[in-house]
Amino acid sequence: MNKELYSPLIFELSREGRKGYSLPDYKYDDGDIVIPDILKRAEAPELPQVDELTVVRHYTNSSNNNFGVDTGFYPLGSCTMKYNPKVNESMVALSGIASLHPMQPVSTVQGALRVYRNLEKALCEIGGMAEFTLNPFAGAHGEYTGLMIIRQYHLSRADEARRRVIVPDSAHGTNPASAAMAGFDVVEVKSMPDGTVDVEDLCSKLDDTIAAVMMTNPNTVGMFEKNIPQIAEAVHSAGALMYYDGANLNPMLGIARPGDMGFDVMHINLHKTFSTPHGGGGPGAGPVGVRPGLEKFLPNPRVVEREDGSLDIDFGTDAFGRVSGWLGNFSVLVKSLAYIMTLGAEGLAKVGPLATLNANYIMHSLSDLYMQPISGPCKHEFVFDGLRNKSTGVTTLNIAKALLDHGFHAPTIYFPLLFHESLMIEPTETESPETLDAFIKVMREIAEDAISNPDKIKNAPYTTPISHPDEDEAALTPVLTYAELCKKQI
Amino acid sequence: MSAEHYLPHTAEDISRMLERCGAKSLEDLYNDVPEALRLKAPYNLGSGVSEPELIRWFDAIAAQNKTMKCFAGAGFYHHYTPAAIQSIMSRSEFLTAYTPYQPEISQGTLQYIFEYQSLMSNLTGLDVCNASMYDGTTATAEAVLMAVNASRRRNRVLVSATLAPAVAQVIGTYAAGAGITVEMIAEDNGMTSRAVLEETITAGDVAAVVVASPNYYGILEDYTGFAGICHAHKALFIINSHASALGFIKSPGEWDADIACGEAQSLGMPLNYGGPYLGYLCCTKALMRKLPGRIVGATTDAAGRRSFVLTLQAREQHIRRQKATSNICSNQGIMTLHASMYLSLMGAKGIRKVNELSAEAAHSLANGLCATGKVRMKYPEAPFLNEFAIAVDEPLTADSVLEKLAAHDILGGVRLTENSLLVAATEMCSPADIKEYVELVKGM
Repeated sequence: MNKELYSPLIFELSREGRKGYSLPDYKYDDGDIVIPDILKRAEAPELPQVDELTVVRHYTNSSNNNFGVDTGFYPLGSCTMKYNPKVNESMVALSGIASLHPMQPVSTVQGALRVYRNLEKALCEIGGMAEFTLNPFAGAHGEYTGLMIIRQYHLSRADEARRRVIVPDSAHGTNPASAAMAGFDVVEVKSMPDGTVDVEDLCSKLDDTIAAVMMTNPNTVGMFEKNIPQIAEAVHSAGALMYYDGANLNPMLGIARPGDMGFDVMHINLHKTFSTPHGGGGPGAGPVGVRPGLEKFLPNPRVVEREDGSLDIDFGTDAFGRVSGWLGNFSVLVKSLAYIMTLGAEGLAKVGPLATLNANYIMHSLSDLYMQPISGPCKHEFVFDGLRNKSTGVTTLNIAKALLDHGFHAPTIYFPLLFHESLMIEPTETESPETLDAFIKVMREIAEDAISNPDKIKNAPYTTPISHPDEDEAALTPVLTYAELCKKQI
Repeated sequence: MSAEHYLPHTAEDISRMLERCGAKSLEDLYNDVPEALRLKAPYNLGSGVSEPELIRWFDAIAAQNKTMKCFAGAGFYHHYTPAAIQSIMSRSEFLTAYTPYQPEISQGTLQYIFEYQSLMSNLTGLDVCNASMYDGTTATAEAVLMAVNASRRRNRVLVSATLAPAVAQVIGTYAAGAGITVEMIAEDNGMTSRAVLEETITAGDVAAVVVASPNYYGILEDYTGFAGICHAHKALFIINSHASALGFIKSPGEWDADIACGEAQSLGMPLNYGGPYLGYLCCTKALMRKLPGRIVGATTDAAGRRSFVLTLQAREQHIRRQKATSNICSNQGIMTLHASMYLSLMGAKGIRKVNELSAEAAHSLANGLCATGKVRMKYPEAPFLNEFAIAVDEPLTADSVLEKLAAHDILGGVRLTENSLLVAATEMCSPADIKEYVELVKGM
């Protein structure tokens, strides 16, 4: 690629007088705009002036500096980077779906509401819940929504002292952050050496100020919390509710349902378990399900079924409130329903076991060279605590960067916080054994190089568009816009 | 059918892999899951379908929806989507990537986010922009949380009654969770009452004042002096706008706002029955470290090459946990690419022309409708851009007007009250469409 020609920022490609748009020259009858100057912009915004090909080439070339699931293996722990089926994208593009305005009369959007309702029902079946809202836009948004449902539940019982939420120390950062946003204080519970929740510690913290316990199962180190029935019983008898973080739902497909484990409220990350693309950070979707009795607290608006079988939009008076402009990231919902319909009951039941098989296969193939802090079969993911040989000075960060030279995305690193050199690997079920073998081979080579030629690993990556960006400088004197970049001459 | 095209494992693969794991069956890998918790029966979801069957089903679903000529707005507008955008957005290097935590192989994503931040900062007239919020409602709610957080102990927020009800409701929900008191600033003839603002703010303890431009009724309010009132009482001034309008109307920066936020769907994003859209959140440099969500910064790499990285991450949930500025993790990601491409293709002239065409179409429609004698402008003195409120006279009602238009495949607007509605127009409405609308109302 000719970097000088193709890699500048879009602003640097701008030339006075160029244009990239094509708009009609309509003349409207009696259409004079009556707006006083004080209400108009004094100066035009500084936007680029570029022709269409320049824009297309600019972004096409910049896409070549990226790595996606379609590019290569993405063993990013806790992110479930499975294949994103192409046909699902085509369903979203149908004009009878893409062109709908959210305020259209319900009689003109019965198909869209059917998609919503069918997905809601499918998620109830998979989650073992009574009802779902599909309005939350992302996993963390789902957590927030779920906690607000729990808050409303306690308030409805005049149980106002329940202002604290218990979160395991291995939880995703979103769990405590969501609890704080919903107005709760966070109580951390310890993990046992095997990564599961310390039941004794948890039970000692249960009292009438606890609103909920947030857990994932399997947890973030990929272990199934087998004491979950006892935990649920203790939590319920203390008057609190069980919240299920669906980030790790994938290995449970075909095996067990959160509702049957005793969870009262859960969210699902559709962009993980139900295959919608991550889009470099979004859009996702974080539907929230509740057990019977909690339905009325779900946020507005709701999609409801009328007696004649038609679908309608409803605003309930018991809802805790509203978290979205309309019914969530609708086209993400379309893609997830398409995925569920394609797999069907039988296909979905294969997802969990195959994801688990892939993870165990990698773990068993590398645990002689990488430190495996927790023994026993993992579920969809597992954690290594860096290399077994600690004398080389090669860190988890070095290993992650070295993988980039071999056509692999890095695993999740330095999370969970339970281990110093966490390297968290989640292969997903859509990867073939050949891909896993190639990854294993490279991981073994890295471990060997770490001993024979540690500097080779420490200086990686070598083949990527950039290497070793100065992140400290970026945070110390932030340059967040093109205007600032010009000043600093980067 | 059970989706073998997404699941590559053959029976031989599975037995070879199990052997490596020291397991006899897939079942063995789950021997830690108590029997009592196991699924007792297959999911009640039916069998998987093939691709052709799936397409047939969704075609039938799409046919149960009605594609209409769109005169509805209420914050969501049917603007043109340049063809080049969908083409680039579908590139899987962008679409199937994760959050750019590994900058060495994510410069594509990081660069378009940096461009997005720059473009939005220029459009709003504020120093910095995050990337991104879920939609306009949550962006505004998070702007409120951010303002309260920046003020330290102040706990009251004043919200104009002319904000879209959905935005006000989401602010109310977020505020309830955070223990913030939200008070409405009453409206006076479709506009924020300055007198009420001045009176309410003097009681003190106000962290922020939130107004909208254009407001829910499509009105362009004159906010001269508002920032002064807010700042005199140490409150932040927050303006909610739909992004496209900012190419034409006075920007939040020009109104001396501290935070600009709202919905960026109007930058040519497909309506998609409500999403995915894009919430934007911009602020002054002084508030930079209070911003929620992702931020990309420019730096150089070891070889001196310009590089982009996620930065100021000490604000975020994966580092700060319960002390983070927000819980936001996944956001609207690739929709920021849409916004970047739209603003680049349009440029200042294109976005101005979009606004002019939309405003001319709306003024033409408003004049035409009033001339029928069946409806009146609800706020006849108020300046508007591309959306306006009309009052409907008996025997017509808002619903009857919308129903009669719907029979001709026209989405005539959004019901405001029993006898008033909001009507919007964009460059997608041709002069002939407007004539058709007016003629139909004339015949009612």
